[in-house]
Amino acid sequence: MPLLTLIVFTPLAGALIVMLTPKEQHAALRRGAFIFSLLPFALSLVLLARFNSSDVGFQFTETVPWISQFGISYSLGIDGISLFLLLLTTFLTPLVILAGWGDIHKRVKEYMVFMLLMETGMVGAFVAVDLFLFYVFWEVMLIPMYFLIGIWGGERRIYAAWKLVLYTMTGSLLMLVAILYLVTLHNQQTGQFTFDLLQLYDFAAPLAAQRWLFAAFALAFAIKVPMFPLHTWLPDAHTEAPTGGSVILAGVLLKMGTYGFLRFAIPLFPLAAREALPIIAVLAVIGIVYGALVSMVQPDLKRLVAYSSVSHLGFVMLGMAALNTQGVEGSIYQMLNHGLSTGALFLAVGVIYERRHTRLIREFGGLWQQLPLYGAVFMIVMLSSVGLPGLNGFVGEFLILLGAFETYPVATIVATSGVLLGAVYMLWMYQRVMFGPLTNPANRNLPDLSKREVLVFAPIVVMLFVMGLYPKPFLSRMEPSVLAYLNRMHQKMAVVEGPERQAESLKLKARTDG
Amino acid sequence: MITFPDISWIAILPLLIVTGTAVLTLLADLWMEGPDREALGWIGLVGLLVAAVAAITLWNKHLSTFSNAIIIDRYGLFFTLLFCVASGLTLLMSMNYVELTDIRTGDYYSLILFSTVGMVLMATATDLIVIFLGLEVMSIAVYVLAGICRGEVRSNEAALKYFLLGAFATGFLLFGIALLYGATGSTTLGTIAAHITKGGAQERTLVLAGMALLLVGFGFKVAAVPFHVWTPDVYEGAPTAVTALMAVGVKAAGFAAFARVFMHTLTMMAGDWSGVLWVLAALTMTIGNVTAILQSNIKRMLAYSSIAHAGYLLVGMVAGGEYGGTAVLFYLIAYTLMTLGAFAVVIALGRRGAPNENLDDYAGVGFRYPFLGLAMMIFMLSLAGVPPLVGFIGKFYIFSAAVRSGYVGLAVIGVLNSVISVYYYVGVLVRMYMVEGVLEIPVPSSRPYLFATLLITIAGTILVGLFPGPLFELARQSFLALG
Repeated sequence: MPLLTLIVFTPLAGALIVMLTPKEQHAALRRGAFIFSLLPFALSLVLLARFNSSDVGFQFTETVPWISQFGISYSLGIDGISLFLLLLTTFLTPLVILAGWGDIHKRVKEYMVFMLLMETGMVGAFVAVDLFLFYVFWEVMLIPMYFLIGIWGGERRIYAAWKLVLYTMTGSLLMLVAILYLVTLHNQQTGQFTFDLLQLYDFAAPLAAQRWLFAAFALAFAIKVPMFPLHTWLPDAHTEAPTGGSVILAGVLLKMGTYGFLRFAIPLFPLAAREALPIIAVLAVIGIVYGALVSMVQPDLKRLVAYSSVSHLGFVMLGMAALNTQGVEGSIYQMLNHGLSTGALFLAVGVIYERRHTRLIREFGGLWQQLPLYGAVFMIVMLSSVGLPGLNGFVGEFLILLGAFETYPVATIVATSGVLLGAVYMLWMYQRVMFGPLTNPANRNLPDLSKREVLVFAPIVVMLFVMGLYPKPFLSRMEPSVLAYLNRMHQKMAVVEGPERQAESLKLKARTDG
Repeated sequence: MITFPDISWIAILPLLIVTGTAVLTLLADLWMEGPDREALGWIGLVGLLVAAVAAITLWNKHLSTFSNAIIIDRYGLFFTLLFCVASGLTLLMSMNYVELTDIRTGDYYSLILFSTVGMVLMATATDLIVIFLGLEVMSIAVYVLAGICRGEVRSNEAALKYFLLGAFATGFLLFGIALLYGATGSTTLGTIAAHITKGGAQERTLVLAGMALLLVGFGFKVAAVPFHVWTPDVYEGAPTAVTALMAVGVKAAGFAAFARVFMHTLTMMAGDWSGVLWVLAALTMTIGNVTAILQSNIKRMLAYSSIAHAGYLLVGMVAGGEYGGTAVLFYLIAYTLMTLGAFAVVIALGRRGAPNENLDDYAGVGFRYPFLGLAMMIFMLSLAGVPPLVGFIGKFYIFSAAVRSGYVGLAVIGVLNSVISVYYYVGVLVRMYMVEGVLEIPVPSSRPYLFATLLITIAGTILVGLFPGPLFELARQSFLALG
């Protein structure tokens, strides 16, 4: 059974069916979209059950020639790196659709169609192992997001949507040229045209070319992450997007950037990456501290969470740049954590936005008295984002700092201040919104979480605890792929490196083999 | 005594069929009244279909006739098929479009067919004089078509502008032909190529001058910068269906002859012309795209967009070789489908006396007319080069040919231009979906032909985008037939 293809295209089929439903039947549209987003989740649980965690390569591979003159194939596969990102996507989408039952009242049909289309794009990008196919999915997911922000967004939605598209497109089109150039170089050396990732992994482009190619890939991905100083589209997009759009944007789309580095930019151009990783680490640390500082002064809840993303994704990039087991595993783990906790934070902000139609912190205060259940959920989510031990955020940040300290001790020390600052802005925000006297009369009669909303938050809260208390099943499935990845990287980089690194890579190899 | 060359009638069968249909339409018009006139459109469609079938049956033949002035090779047949599709779709949408205007259908349909005759002649000609002949047959029909709404000032202005500038450009082309004849003693492409291969130093100057003038002539027809200034006014003023034909048919015919002469006959001189074309391509893309952003009328915007696309096509010509040539041919298929579709949407939103061509008229239209909105979304995204639509695959082939031939810089300029183009293509969608509408367009009555045009172009835009392999192979074989 082509499991991956089914997961990728079930949402598309759902989108087509929803499209054919009369637009007045809101209830049917909502339920239909929800069911069609549950199907891929169910399928991906089957995938998880069947996943062989001792296999280091791609599993569930499917390859069908697509544009054979160019060596392009419809080629899917999954490994320990992409497995959980896929699950994150299929896990979040139904919740987002469920959350959309409450706050999307106009153009329900189109909203659901775009959500499902986007799921196809996101899942496809995570499982594509052909560069061309990846590029197609990568671009496909941009368009629904554009419409989600542009149609259902806030006042400055059009501006925000523009900014998102123009930033992302600039990066991705330059990446397209880089892909073409890489394939041409590969062809010149081997006489063969291919966009197949595994074959291109084995190809070593000359260093000078690698520098340019890495730069183009890194630009596309750094915009998406977003890394400082390319992050300016993010606060606008997040602030103006409807709740569901923000959740997907933070939860999955940003991961596409970090995943891109891990899957494409670094392993395809190891020599250039070796030179660039220290720079990336520095930018990541700047992002961590800068994002946290700017978060602290935001009067708008969504903007605050948006800037906190800049900070958190800085950690992800720092761990990745460390290029050791703890760093990279922490980095992947943190991608999942950020997806869950920041996604949940946006959902939480969405709950009070839906009730009050404002996101300004000063409009709130003392909500705990009125919405105790909401307060509890919000607190858990917030603490997970802060990195409290026992919740998921702690595991990821800890691994990252541990790994990064080995490679970049100074930068890591600076980054640690980001953890502290994170606690400051989050707790302070929480205090201003939830505690103190309930002064604003508009907040007096707000209803607490409805059953549907509880249903949205419950799975996420459960996962926050599971991933915080028992990370082993996650890490053990990632580890073989991560070790294989590091092993390959160190071998390739060792071409120009001293014996020290070589010894390390041998050590790693021994672990993979054993 | 004049000796007539042997004529292979089979070879010019598609040409004869289209000509016959054009004459038939013209004559049948005399006996038809009012609503019966719809049949004229059907006659045209059937004629084009038969011509296309004839072209397909000739596919494996390689014939030349009229003393090597006309050749039936796959390259020519490829374009013959493309023109049949482009003119056929134009006719199809016109069958509803004419209801909005005062156009006399008989003249109108036959002129579209005559212009198609010219296009086919341009693509199958292997003699500069016959290329010129084809160009004139096509152009004169289109000059008249541009001004066919006699009651409208804009239409008259468009026709006059197009005619004056077109005549001027044709002068350049003729002068170029004369210089090449002076240098090589022949107007036949094969002889010219053979002569250039062994040519001396003095003739080289003449050839270069002739080539430059040909470039001006072709550059005008394909609307390349700096020979593009006529385009926006003419596209805006001409009846919308005619604009569509100009944007796809005339441009493709221009490229058919342009590519045959430059990428085949003058390929020995590529060192001399590719640098010039490099600059023209970069300018055409950039000026077309940047100026398109500033437009407030959708036909003008599409005019500048068509200029920009000419720029992408020039990139393919600069890249050259098998991949560049194939990319150009494939891109023309892609461009034809999505551009015709976009113009069909423009027609669908127009009403008698209220063409609704201002971009602001499109506000909120996407939700009021979901099908037209969806159609426009597909065409605009495809024109902008968003995968997996055909426009993306077309650009992918073009830019990968450029990278393969070592023109990475030009490819980068090209993709940056694509980013610029996103701004105005998606700008249409912004208006359609994100701005509340003020203008209420009356609910359109049933218009089956327009609907059919849209369905065909949507299906083409999506399916050829998803499965480009067969048509790419077709384009490759066609280009390789140049030898």
